[in-house]
Amino acid sequence: MTAPAELAAPDTGVRGPARETSPPPRPRKRPAGARRLAGLALPTILLAVWQAASVSGWADPVLLPPPTTVFVTLWQATVDGTLIGHLWASGFRWVTGFLIGGALGVLLGSLTGLSRRAETLLDTTVQMLRTVPFMGLTPLLILWLGLNEAPKITLIALGSFFPLYLNTFAGIRNVDRKLIEVGKVFELNDAALLRRVIIPAALPEVLTGVRYALGVAWLALVIAELMGATSGLGFWLAQGREFVRVDIVLASLLVFSVAGKVVDIIVRHLERHLLSWRDAYAGS
Amino acid sequence: MSASLSVTGFSREFTTPDGPLLAVSDVDISARPGEFVALVGPSGCGKSTLLRAIAGLDLEHTGSVRVGGEEVSGPSIARGIVFQEPRLLPWLTVAENIGFGLRRRDPARVAELVRLVGLEGFEGAHPHQLSGGMAQRAAIARALAPAPEVLLLDEPFGALDAFTRIRLQEELQSIWADQGVTTVLITHDIDEAVALAQKVVVLSARPGRVAQVLPIDLPYPRDRAGEAFLGLRRTLLAAFDLIHDPAPVRTTR
Repeated sequence: MTAPAELAAPDTGVRGPARETSPPPRPRKRPAGARRLAGLALPTILLAVWQAASVSGWADPVLLPPPTTVFVTLWQATVDGTLIGHLWASGFRWVTGFLIGGALGVLLGSLTGLSRRAETLLDTTVQMLRTVPFMGLTPLLILWLGLNEAPKITLIALGSFFPLYLNTFAGIRNVDRKLIEVGKVFELNDAALLRRVIIPAALPEVLTGVRYALGVAWLALVIAELMGATSGLGFWLAQGREFVRVDIVLASLLVFSVAGKVVDIIVRHLERHLLSWRDAYAGS
Repeated sequence: MSASLSVTGFSREFTTPDGPLLAVSDVDISARPGEFVALVGPSGCGKSTLLRAIAGLDLEHTGSVRVGGEEVSGPSIARGIVFQEPRLLPWLTVAENIGFGLRRRDPARVAELVRLVGLEGFEGAHPHQLSGGMAQRAAIARALAPAPEVLLLDEPFGALDAFTRIRLQEELQSIWADQGVTTVLITHDIDEAVALAQKVVVLSARPGRVAQVLPIDLPYPRDRAGEAFLGLRRTLLAAFDLIHDPAPVRTTR
Protein backbone atom coordinates (compact mmCIF):
# COMPACT_ATOMS: atom_id res chain seq x y z
CA MET A 1 0.00 0.00 0.00
CA THR A 2 2.36 2.70 -1.18
CA ALA A 3 1.31 6.20 -2.09
CA PRO A 4 2.03 7.41 -5.60
CA ALA A 5 4.28 10.42 -5.51
CA GLU A 6 1.85 12.68 -7.32
CA LEU A 7 -0.80 12.11 -4.68
CA ALA A 8 1.64 12.48 -1.87
CA ALA A 9 2.78 15.91 -3.01
CA PRO A 10 0.89 18.89 -1.58
CA ASP A 11 -1.71 19.54 -4.24
CA THR A 12 -4.54 21.88 -3.48
CA GLY A 13 -2.93 24.98 -2.11
CA VAL A 14 -5.13 24.90 0.96
CA ARG A 15 -3.01 22.03 2.21
CA GLY A 16 0.29 22.58 3.96
CA PRO A 17 0.88 23.18 7.60
CA ALA A 18 2.80 26.40 7.00
CA ARG A 19 -0.48 28.26 6.86
CA GLU A 20 -1.62 26.78 10.10
CA THR A 21 1.24 27.91 12.32
CA SER A 22 4.60 29.56 12.04
CA PRO A 23 7.71 27.33 12.28
CA PRO A 24 8.37 25.85 15.73
CA PRO A 25 9.72 28.39 18.21
CA ARG A 26 12.93 27.76 20.13
CA PRO A 27 11.94 25.85 23.25
CA ARG A 28 13.64 27.90 25.95
CA LYS A 29 15.68 31.05 26.25
CA ARG A 30 19.04 30.80 27.98
CA PRO A 31 19.50 33.10 30.94
CA ALA A 32 21.44 36.17 29.91
CA GLY A 33 24.99 36.68 31.19
CA ALA A 34 23.86 39.80 33.00
CA ARG A 35 21.32 37.84 34.99
CA ARG A 36 23.95 35.32 36.01
CA LEU A 37 26.23 38.10 37.22
CA ALA A 38 23.35 39.67 39.16
CA GLY A 39 23.14 36.46 41.17
CA LEU A 40 26.73 37.02 42.36
CA ALA A 41 26.08 40.51 43.74
CA LEU A 42 24.81 39.44 47.16
CA PRO A 43 27.61 36.92 47.91
CA THR A 44 30.20 39.55 46.92
CA ILE A 45 28.74 42.10 49.33
CA LEU A 46 28.60 39.52 52.13
CA LEU A 47 32.25 38.59 51.56
CA ALA A 48 33.27 42.24 51.69
CA VAL A 49 31.40 42.80 54.97
CA TRP A 50 32.93 39.65 56.44
CA GLN A 51 36.45 40.69 55.43
CA ALA A 52 35.95 44.15 56.93
CA ALA A 53 34.55 42.74 60.17
CA SER A 54 37.50 40.35 60.70
CA VAL A 55 40.24 42.76 59.70
CA SER A 56 38.87 45.64 61.77
CA GLY A 57 38.88 43.42 64.85
CA TRP A 58 35.13 43.78 65.29
CA ALA A 59 34.93 39.97 65.06
CA ASP A 60 37.43 37.64 66.82
CA PRO A 61 39.83 36.56 64.04
CA VAL A 62 40.29 33.17 65.73
CA LEU A 63 36.57 32.39 65.64
CA LEU A 64 35.95 34.21 62.38
CA PRO A 65 39.09 34.45 60.26
CA PRO A 66 38.78 36.75 57.25
CA PRO A 67 37.97 35.26 53.83
CA THR A 68 41.54 35.91 52.71
CA THR A 69 42.89 33.55 55.42
CA VAL A 70 40.36 30.92 54.37
CA PHE A 71 41.47 31.21 50.75
CA VAL A 72 45.14 31.00 51.73
CA THR A 73 44.41 27.82 53.74
CA LEU A 74 42.52 26.44 50.76
CA TRP A 75 45.39 27.31 48.44
CA GLN A 76 47.95 25.62 50.68
CA ALA A 77 45.79 22.50 50.96
CA THR A 78 45.49 22.45 47.19
CA VAL A 79 49.20 22.83 46.64
CA ASP A 80 50.32 20.21 49.20
CA GLY A 81 47.78 17.70 47.94
CA THR A 82 45.70 17.28 51.12
CA LEU A 83 42.62 18.75 49.46
CA ILE A 84 42.79 16.41 46.48
CA GLY A 85 43.24 13.47 48.85
CA HIS A 86 40.18 14.46 50.90
CA LEU A 87 38.13 15.22 47.79
CA TRP A 88 39.04 11.84 46.33
CA ALA A 89 38.13 9.96 49.52
CA SER A 90 34.81 11.79 49.87
CA GLY A 91 33.98 11.57 46.18
CA PHE A 92 34.58 7.84 46.17
CA ARG A 93 32.23 7.27 49.16
CA TRP A 94 29.64 9.59 47.75
CA VAL A 95 29.59 8.10 44.24
CA THR A 96 29.69 4.50 45.48
CA GLY A 97 26.95 5.07 48.05
CA PHE A 98 24.79 6.97 45.60
CA LEU A 99 25.20 4.35 42.88
CA ILE A 100 24.34 1.46 45.20
CA GLY A 101 21.40 3.20 46.91
CA GLY A 102 20.17 4.90 43.75
CA ALA A 103 20.28 1.72 41.69
CA LEU A 104 18.37 -0.17 44.36
CA GLY A 105 15.86 2.68 44.60
CA VAL A 106 15.23 2.74 40.85
CA LEU A 107 15.05 -1.04 40.75
CA LEU A 108 12.59 -1.45 43.63
CA GLY A 109 10.63 1.65 42.59
CA SER A 110 10.24 0.21 39.07
CA LEU A 111 9.18 -3.11 40.50
CA THR A 112 6.48 -1.67 42.76
CA GLY A 113 5.48 0.85 40.09
CA LEU A 114 5.02 -1.77 37.40
CA SER A 115 3.52 -4.59 39.43
CA ARG A 116 0.58 -4.33 41.77
CA ARG A 117 1.69 -7.54 43.45
CA ALA A 118 5.16 -6.15 44.17
CA GLU A 119 3.51 -3.00 45.50
CA THR A 120 1.38 -4.85 48.06
CA LEU A 121 4.36 -6.98 48.99
CA LEU A 122 7.03 -4.28 49.35
CA ASP A 123 5.61 -0.80 49.51
CA THR A 124 4.31 -0.90 53.10
CA THR A 125 7.70 -2.05 54.35
CA VAL A 126 9.59 0.59 52.41
CA GLN A 127 7.22 3.32 53.57
CA MET A 128 7.68 2.19 57.19
CA LEU A 129 11.48 2.22 56.88
CA ARG A 130 11.27 5.63 55.26
CA THR A 131 9.95 7.17 58.47
CA VAL A 132 13.10 6.06 60.33
CA PRO A 133 15.48 9.04 60.28
CA PHE A 134 18.33 7.38 58.41
CA MET A 135 20.99 9.57 60.00
CA GLY A 136 19.91 8.20 63.35
CA LEU A 137 21.11 4.82 62.14
CA THR A 138 24.74 6.00 62.21
CA PRO A 139 25.60 4.56 65.67
CA LEU A 140 23.94 1.29 64.75
CA LEU A 141 25.84 1.06 61.48
CA ILE A 142 29.14 1.73 63.24
CA LEU A 143 28.38 -0.96 65.82
CA TRP A 144 27.42 -3.47 63.17
CA LEU A 145 29.86 -2.66 60.41
CA GLY A 146 32.82 -1.16 62.24
CA LEU A 147 34.69 2.03 61.48
CA ASN A 148 35.79 1.28 57.92
CA GLU A 149 34.18 2.35 54.65
CA ALA A 150 31.17 0.04 54.94
CA PRO A 151 29.01 2.04 57.41
CA LYS A 152 29.72 5.31 55.58
CA ILE A 153 28.77 3.95 52.17
CA THR A 154 25.72 2.23 53.66
CA LEU A 155 24.53 5.49 55.19
CA ILE A 156 24.96 7.35 51.90
CA ALA A 157 23.23 4.54 50.03
CA LEU A 158 20.30 4.68 52.46
CA GLY A 159 19.99 8.42 51.91
CA SER A 160 19.97 8.00 48.12
CA PHE A 161 17.61 5.06 48.11
CA PHE A 162 14.37 6.66 49.28
CA PRO A 163 14.17 9.70 46.98
CA LEU A 164 14.82 7.51 43.97
CA TYR A 165 12.46 4.79 45.13
CA LEU A 166 9.62 7.28 45.65
CA ASN A 167 10.19 9.25 42.46
CA THR A 168 10.59 6.19 40.27
CA PHE A 169 7.38 4.72 41.69
CA ALA A 170 5.49 7.99 41.22
CA GLY A 171 7.00 8.54 37.77
CA ILE A 172 5.78 5.17 36.56
CA ARG A 173 2.36 5.51 38.12
CA ASN A 174 1.92 8.94 36.54
CA VAL A 175 2.52 7.70 32.99
CA ASP A 176 -0.49 8.63 30.88
CA ARG A 177 -2.65 5.53 30.42
CA LYS A 178 -3.51 6.81 26.96
CA LEU A 179 0.12 6.58 25.87
CA ILE A 180 0.31 3.02 27.20
CA GLU A 181 -2.71 2.29 25.02
CA VAL A 182 -0.85 3.66 21.99
CA GLY A 183 1.92 1.17 22.73
CA LYS A 184 -0.62 -1.64 22.98
CA VAL A 185 -2.26 -0.65 19.69
CA PHE A 186 1.11 -1.07 17.99
CA GLU A 187 1.52 -4.50 19.61
CA LEU A 188 4.53 -3.62 21.77
CA ASN A 189 5.43 -6.42 24.15
CA ASP A 190 6.06 -5.67 27.83
CA ALA A 191 9.78 -5.05 27.37
CA ALA A 192 9.26 -2.73 24.40
CA LEU A 193 6.45 -0.91 26.22
CA LEU A 194 8.80 -0.34 29.14
CA ARG A 195 11.68 0.84 26.97
CA ARG A 196 9.76 2.93 24.46
CA VAL A 197 6.91 4.38 26.52
CA ILE A 198 7.16 3.93 30.29
CA ILE A 199 10.83 4.79 30.85
CA PRO A 200 10.88 7.96 28.75
CA ALA A 201 7.57 9.07 30.25
CA ALA A 202 8.78 8.49 33.81
CA LEU A 203 12.21 10.03 33.20
CA PRO A 204 11.43 13.60 34.34
CA GLU A 205 10.38 12.43 37.79
CA VAL A 206 13.27 9.98 38.07
CA LEU A 207 15.73 12.78 37.26
CA THR A 208 14.16 14.99 39.92
CA GLY A 209 14.75 12.05 42.26
CA VAL A 210 18.38 11.85 41.14
CA ARG A 211 18.99 15.49 41.99
CA TYR A 212 17.29 15.17 45.32
CA ALA A 213 19.10 11.92 46.14
CA LEU A 214 22.48 13.46 45.29
CA GLY A 215 21.74 16.25 47.77
CA VAL A 216 20.73 13.84 50.52
CA ALA A 217 23.78 11.68 49.79
CA TRP A 218 25.99 14.74 50.19
CA LEU A 219 24.44 15.38 53.60
CA ALA A 220 24.88 11.76 54.60
CA LEU A 221 28.53 11.99 53.54
CA VAL A 222 29.22 14.83 55.98
CA ILE A 223 27.52 12.98 58.84
CA ALA A 224 29.35 9.73 58.04
CA GLU A 225 32.73 11.39 57.88
CA LEU A 226 32.20 13.45 61.03
CA MET A 227 31.38 10.29 62.98
CA GLY A 228 34.79 8.81 62.40
CA ALA A 229 37.06 8.83 59.41
CA THR A 230 40.72 9.16 58.60
CA SER A 231 40.24 10.92 55.30
CA GLY A 232 37.70 12.94 53.43
CA LEU A 233 36.30 16.45 53.57
CA GLY A 234 34.28 15.67 56.70
CA PHE A 235 37.45 14.40 58.39
CA TRP A 236 39.23 17.61 57.39
CA LEU A 237 36.36 19.59 58.87
CA ALA A 238 36.52 17.59 62.12
CA GLN A 239 40.29 18.22 62.27
CA GLY A 240 39.69 21.93 61.93
CA ARG A 241 37.25 21.81 64.82
CA GLU A 242 39.66 19.84 67.04
CA PHE A 243 42.57 22.20 66.49
CA VAL A 244 40.32 25.26 66.59
CA ARG A 245 41.31 26.06 63.01
CA VAL A 246 38.13 27.82 61.97
CA ASP A 247 39.77 28.63 58.61
CA ILE A 248 39.97 24.88 57.90
CA VAL A 249 36.36 24.40 58.97
CA LEU A 250 35.26 27.19 56.67
CA ALA A 251 37.48 26.02 53.81
CA SER A 252 36.08 22.49 53.97
CA LEU A 253 32.51 23.82 54.09
CA LEU A 254 33.31 25.95 51.05
CA VAL A 255 34.62 22.91 49.18
CA PHE A 256 31.53 20.97 50.20
CA SER A 257 29.19 23.60 48.83
CA VAL A 258 31.14 24.27 45.62
CA ALA A 259 31.44 20.55 44.83
CA GLY A 260 27.72 20.09 45.53
CA LYS A 261 26.89 22.99 43.26
CA VAL A 262 29.10 21.69 40.46
CA VAL A 263 27.38 18.31 40.57
CA ASP A 264 23.98 19.98 40.61
CA ILE A 265 24.89 22.00 37.52
CA ILE A 266 26.03 18.85 35.74
CA VAL A 267 22.75 17.07 36.57
CA ARG A 268 20.72 20.10 35.54
CA HIS A 269 22.47 20.15 32.16
CA LEU A 270 21.85 16.44 31.79
CA GLU A 271 18.20 17.04 32.64
CA ARG A 272 17.88 19.87 30.12
CA HIS A 273 19.50 17.72 27.47
CA LEU A 274 17.38 14.63 28.14
CA LEU A 275 14.11 16.48 28.66
CA SER A 276 14.36 19.08 25.90
CA TRP A 277 11.07 17.75 24.52
CA ARG A 278 9.10 19.01 27.48
CA ASP A 279 6.80 21.96 27.16
CA ALA A 280 7.02 22.97 30.78
CA TYR A 281 6.77 26.34 32.43
CA ALA A 282 10.29 27.71 32.76
CA GLY A 283 9.47 30.57 35.11
CA SER A 284 8.77 34.17 34.18
CA MET B 1 -4.40 -4.91 1.94
CA SER B 2 -7.75 -3.60 3.06
CA ALA B 3 -10.08 -6.01 4.80
CA SER B 4 -13.79 -6.41 5.29
CA LEU B 5 -15.33 -5.70 8.64
CA SER B 6 -18.34 -7.25 10.27
CA VAL B 7 -19.79 -6.62 13.69
CA THR B 8 -22.74 -8.84 14.53
CA GLY B 9 -24.97 -9.04 17.58
CA PHE B 10 -22.65 -6.71 19.46
CA SER B 11 -23.65 -5.78 23.02
CA ARG B 12 -21.56 -4.28 25.79
CA GLU B 13 -22.54 -3.92 29.41
CA PHE B 14 -20.60 -1.86 31.95
CA THR B 15 -20.72 -2.41 35.66
CA THR B 16 -21.36 0.82 37.53
CA PRO B 17 -21.95 1.49 41.24
CA ASP B 18 -25.66 1.67 40.40
CA GLY B 19 -25.66 -1.75 38.78
CA PRO B 20 -25.10 -2.92 35.20
CA LEU B 21 -25.43 -0.38 32.40
CA LEU B 22 -26.16 -1.53 28.88
CA ALA B 23 -24.12 0.79 26.64
CA VAL B 24 -24.55 -0.94 23.29
CA SER B 25 -27.31 -3.36 22.44
CA ASP B 26 -27.37 -5.84 19.55
CA VAL B 27 -25.56 -3.79 16.94
CA ASP B 28 -24.75 -5.08 13.45
CA ILE B 29 -22.31 -3.17 11.25
CA SER B 30 -20.56 -4.24 8.10
CA ALA B 31 -18.04 -2.72 5.73
CA ARG B 32 -16.73 -4.02 2.41
CA PRO B 33 -12.97 -3.97 1.86
CA GLY B 34 -11.99 -0.38 1.16
CA GLU B 35 -15.33 1.06 2.23
CA PHE B 36 -15.65 4.27 4.24
CA VAL B 37 -18.24 3.88 6.99
CA ALA B 38 -19.23 6.58 9.46
CA LEU B 39 -20.90 5.84 12.79
CA VAL B 40 -22.92 8.82 13.89
CA GLY B 41 -24.69 9.24 17.16
CA PRO B 42 -25.16 11.44 20.20
CA SER B 43 -22.78 11.14 23.13
CA GLY B 44 -23.51 8.05 25.18
CA CYS B 45 -24.54 5.90 22.23
CA GLY B 46 -21.50 3.68 22.62
CA LYS B 47 -19.70 4.77 19.44
CA SER B 48 -16.31 4.76 21.08
CA THR B 49 -17.10 1.45 22.79
CA LEU B 50 -17.69 -0.08 19.37
CA LEU B 51 -14.49 1.37 17.96
CA ARG B 52 -12.43 0.19 20.93
CA ALA B 53 -13.85 -3.30 20.40
CA ILE B 54 -12.92 -3.25 16.71
CA ALA B 55 -9.43 -2.04 17.69
CA GLY B 56 -9.16 -4.98 20.08
CA LEU B 57 -8.72 -2.73 23.12
CA ASP B 58 -11.95 -3.99 24.68
CA LEU B 59 -12.88 -7.66 24.54
CA GLU B 60 -15.54 -7.68 27.25
CA HIS B 61 -18.46 -7.74 24.85
CA THR B 62 -20.91 -10.25 23.46
CA GLY B 63 -21.42 -10.83 19.76
CA SER B 64 -18.67 -11.06 17.21
CA VAL B 65 -16.25 -8.56 15.69
CA ARG B 66 -14.54 -9.84 12.57
CA VAL B 67 -11.92 -8.14 10.44
CA GLY B 68 -11.07 -9.89 7.20
CA GLY B 69 -13.14 -12.84 8.44
CA GLU B 70 -11.06 -13.29 11.59
CA GLU B 71 -12.39 -12.69 15.08
CA VAL B 72 -10.64 -9.77 16.80
CA SER B 73 -8.82 -11.06 19.88
CA GLY B 74 -6.61 -8.11 20.79
CA PRO B 75 -4.87 -5.02 19.42
CA SER B 76 -3.08 -5.47 16.12
CA ILE B 77 -0.98 -3.28 13.87
CA ALA B 78 -3.29 -4.49 11.09
CA ARG B 79 -5.85 -2.08 12.57
CA GLY B 80 -4.66 1.51 12.77
CA ILE B 81 -6.41 3.82 15.20
CA VAL B 82 -6.55 7.58 15.54
CA PHE B 83 -7.89 8.83 18.85
CA GLN B 84 -9.70 12.06 19.58
CA GLU B 85 -6.45 13.42 21.05
CA PRO B 86 -3.36 12.97 18.87
CA ARG B 87 -1.62 10.93 21.62
CA LEU B 88 1.79 11.56 20.14
CA LEU B 89 4.71 10.60 22.36
CA PRO B 90 6.00 13.98 23.53
CA TRP B 91 9.66 12.93 23.70
CA LEU B 92 9.75 11.83 20.05
CA THR B 93 9.95 14.06 17.00
CA VAL B 94 7.20 14.10 14.38
CA ALA B 95 9.17 11.68 12.18
CA GLU B 96 9.90 9.36 15.11
CA ASN B 97 6.25 9.40 16.12
CA ILE B 98 5.14 8.55 12.60
CA GLY B 99 7.61 5.66 12.50
CA PHE B 100 6.64 4.46 16.00
CA GLY B 101 4.57 1.50 14.81
CA LEU B 102 7.04 0.29 12.19
CA ARG B 103 8.75 -2.97 13.02
CA ARG B 104 12.04 -1.77 11.54
CA ARG B 105 13.43 1.70 10.96
CA ASP B 106 12.20 2.78 7.57
CA PRO B 107 13.05 6.42 6.78
CA ALA B 108 11.68 6.13 3.25
CA ARG B 109 8.26 5.02 4.51
CA VAL B 110 8.26 7.80 7.12
CA ALA B 111 9.17 10.40 4.51
CA GLU B 112 6.37 9.11 2.29
CA LEU B 113 3.85 9.51 5.11
CA VAL B 114 5.17 12.94 6.07
CA ARG B 115 4.46 13.97 2.48
CA LEU B 116 1.06 12.23 2.50
CA VAL B 117 -0.15 14.29 5.46
CA GLY B 118 1.65 17.47 4.42
CA LEU B 119 4.06 17.80 7.34
CA GLU B 120 7.18 18.47 5.26
CA GLY B 121 9.59 20.67 7.19
CA PHE B 122 8.25 19.56 10.56
CA GLU B 123 9.89 16.13 10.74
CA GLY B 124 12.22 17.23 13.53
CA ALA B 125 9.65 19.18 15.56
CA HIS B 126 8.37 17.91 18.88
CA PRO B 127 4.61 17.47 19.47
CA HIS B 128 4.33 20.49 21.78
CA GLN B 129 5.48 22.67 18.90
CA LEU B 130 2.60 21.59 16.66
CA SER B 131 -0.89 22.99 16.32
CA GLY B 132 -3.83 20.69 17.02
CA GLY B 133 -4.42 20.08 13.31
CA MET B 134 -0.78 19.27 12.61
CA ALA B 135 -0.59 16.92 15.59
CA GLN B 136 -3.67 15.07 14.36
CA ARG B 137 -2.10 14.82 10.88
CA ALA B 138 0.93 13.20 12.47
CA ALA B 139 -1.37 10.81 14.37
CA ILE B 140 -3.09 9.81 11.12
CA ALA B 141 0.29 9.20 9.49
CA ARG B 142 1.40 7.11 12.48
CA ALA B 143 -1.73 4.95 12.22
CA LEU B 144 -1.18 4.46 8.48
CA ALA B 145 2.55 3.73 8.71
CA PRO B 146 2.32 -0.07 9.13
CA ALA B 147 -0.16 -0.15 6.18
CA PRO B 148 -3.17 -1.37 8.21
CA GLU B 149 -6.10 -3.26 6.73
CA VAL B 150 -8.55 -1.08 8.62
CA LEU B 151 -8.26 2.53 9.75
CA LEU B 152 -10.30 3.43 12.83
CA LEU B 153 -10.92 7.08 13.66
CA ASP B 154 -12.50 8.07 16.98
CA GLU B 155 -13.83 11.62 16.54
CA PRO B 156 -10.43 12.64 15.22
CA PHE B 157 -11.34 16.22 14.38
CA GLY B 158 -13.67 16.90 17.32
CA ALA B 159 -11.24 19.23 19.07
CA LEU B 160 -10.30 21.30 16.00
CA ASP B 161 -11.67 24.63 14.82
CA ALA B 162 -14.18 24.59 11.97
CA PHE B 163 -11.76 25.62 9.18
CA THR B 164 -9.01 23.21 10.18
CA ARG B 165 -11.62 20.50 10.55
CA ILE B 166 -12.98 20.89 7.02
CA ARG B 167 -9.46 21.00 5.58
CA LEU B 168 -8.48 17.85 7.45
CA GLN B 169 -11.69 16.12 6.37
CA GLU B 170 -10.76 16.81 2.77
CA GLU B 171 -7.26 15.53 3.36
CA LEU B 172 -8.58 12.39 5.05
CA GLN B 173 -10.85 11.80 2.07
CA SER B 174 -7.95 12.00 -0.38
CA ILE B 175 -5.74 9.85 1.85
CA TRP B 176 -8.49 7.24 1.98
CA ALA B 177 -8.97 7.40 -1.80
CA ASP B 178 -5.21 7.06 -2.22
CA GLN B 179 -4.60 4.22 0.25
CA GLY B 180 -7.86 2.34 -0.30
CA VAL B 181 -7.99 1.30 3.33
CA THR B 182 -11.29 0.24 4.95
CA THR B 183 -12.14 3.17 7.19
CA VAL B 184 -14.48 3.46 10.18
CA LEU B 185 -15.07 7.00 11.36
CA ILE B 186 -16.79 7.75 14.64
CA THR B 187 -18.28 11.21 14.74
CA HIS B 188 -21.06 13.32 16.16
CA ASP B 189 -20.69 15.75 13.28
CA ILE B 190 -23.40 15.07 10.69
CA ASP B 191 -21.66 17.17 8.01
CA GLU B 192 -18.47 15.21 8.53
CA ALA B 193 -20.28 11.92 8.03
CA VAL B 194 -22.10 13.12 4.90
CA ALA B 195 -18.94 14.65 3.43
CA LEU B 196 -16.78 11.55 3.87
CA ALA B 197 -18.68 8.30 4.19
CA GLN B 198 -20.07 5.87 1.65
CA LYS B 199 -22.33 4.54 4.37
CA VAL B 200 -23.58 6.29 7.47
CA VAL B 201 -24.72 4.18 10.40
CA VAL B 202 -26.97 6.14 12.74
CA LEU B 203 -26.87 5.02 16.36
CA SER B 204 -29.50 5.86 18.95
CA ALA B 205 -28.54 6.80 22.49
CA ARG B 206 -28.36 4.62 25.61
CA PRO B 207 -28.30 1.83 24.87
CA GLY B 208 -26.70 2.31 21.47
CA ARG B 209 -28.71 0.63 18.71
CA VAL B 210 -28.56 0.96 14.94
CA ALA B 211 -31.41 3.34 14.13
CA GLN B 212 -30.71 3.72 10.43
CA VAL B 213 -28.20 2.85 7.73
CA LEU B 214 -27.84 5.50 5.05
CA PRO B 215 -25.84 4.73 1.90
CA ILE B 216 -24.33 7.81 0.28
CA ASP B 217 -23.59 7.62 -3.39
CA LEU B 218 -22.25 11.09 -4.13
CA PRO B 219 -18.96 11.61 -5.99
CA TYR B 220 -15.93 12.96 -4.13
CA PRO B 221 -15.02 15.65 -3.29
CA ARG B 222 -18.53 16.43 -2.19
CA ASP B 223 -20.15 19.82 -2.59
CA ARG B 224 -21.13 20.75 0.93
CA ALA B 225 -23.59 23.36 -0.30
CA GLY B 226 -25.15 21.17 -3.01
CA GLU B 227 -28.76 20.06 -3.15
CA ALA B 228 -27.98 16.37 -2.64
CA PHE B 229 -25.66 17.04 0.30
CA LEU B 230 -28.24 19.22 2.04
CA GLY B 231 -30.93 16.59 1.45
CA LEU B 232 -28.82 13.90 3.13
CA ARG B 233 -27.99 16.28 5.92
CA ARG B 234 -31.70 16.88 6.44
CA THR B 235 -32.34 13.14 6.51
CA LEU B 236 -29.74 12.65 9.21
CA LEU B 237 -30.95 15.60 11.25
CA ALA B 238 -34.44 14.12 11.04
CA ALA B 239 -33.07 10.81 12.29
CA PHE B 240 -31.98 12.62 15.46
CA ASP B 241 -35.28 14.55 15.75
CA LEU B 242 -33.44 17.78 15.13
CA ILE B 243 -35.79 19.10 12.42
CA HIS B 244 -38.87 20.89 13.54
CA ASP B 245 -40.39 22.20 10.30
CA PRO B 246 -42.96 20.24 8.28
CA ALA B 247 -40.84 19.99 5.10
CA PRO B 248 -40.95 16.55 3.46
CA VAL B 249 -38.14 14.29 4.62
CA ARG B 250 -36.52 11.63 2.47
CA THR B 251 -35.72 8.50 4.40
CA THR B 252 -34.08 5.33 3.25
CA ARG B 253 -34.97 3.31 6.24
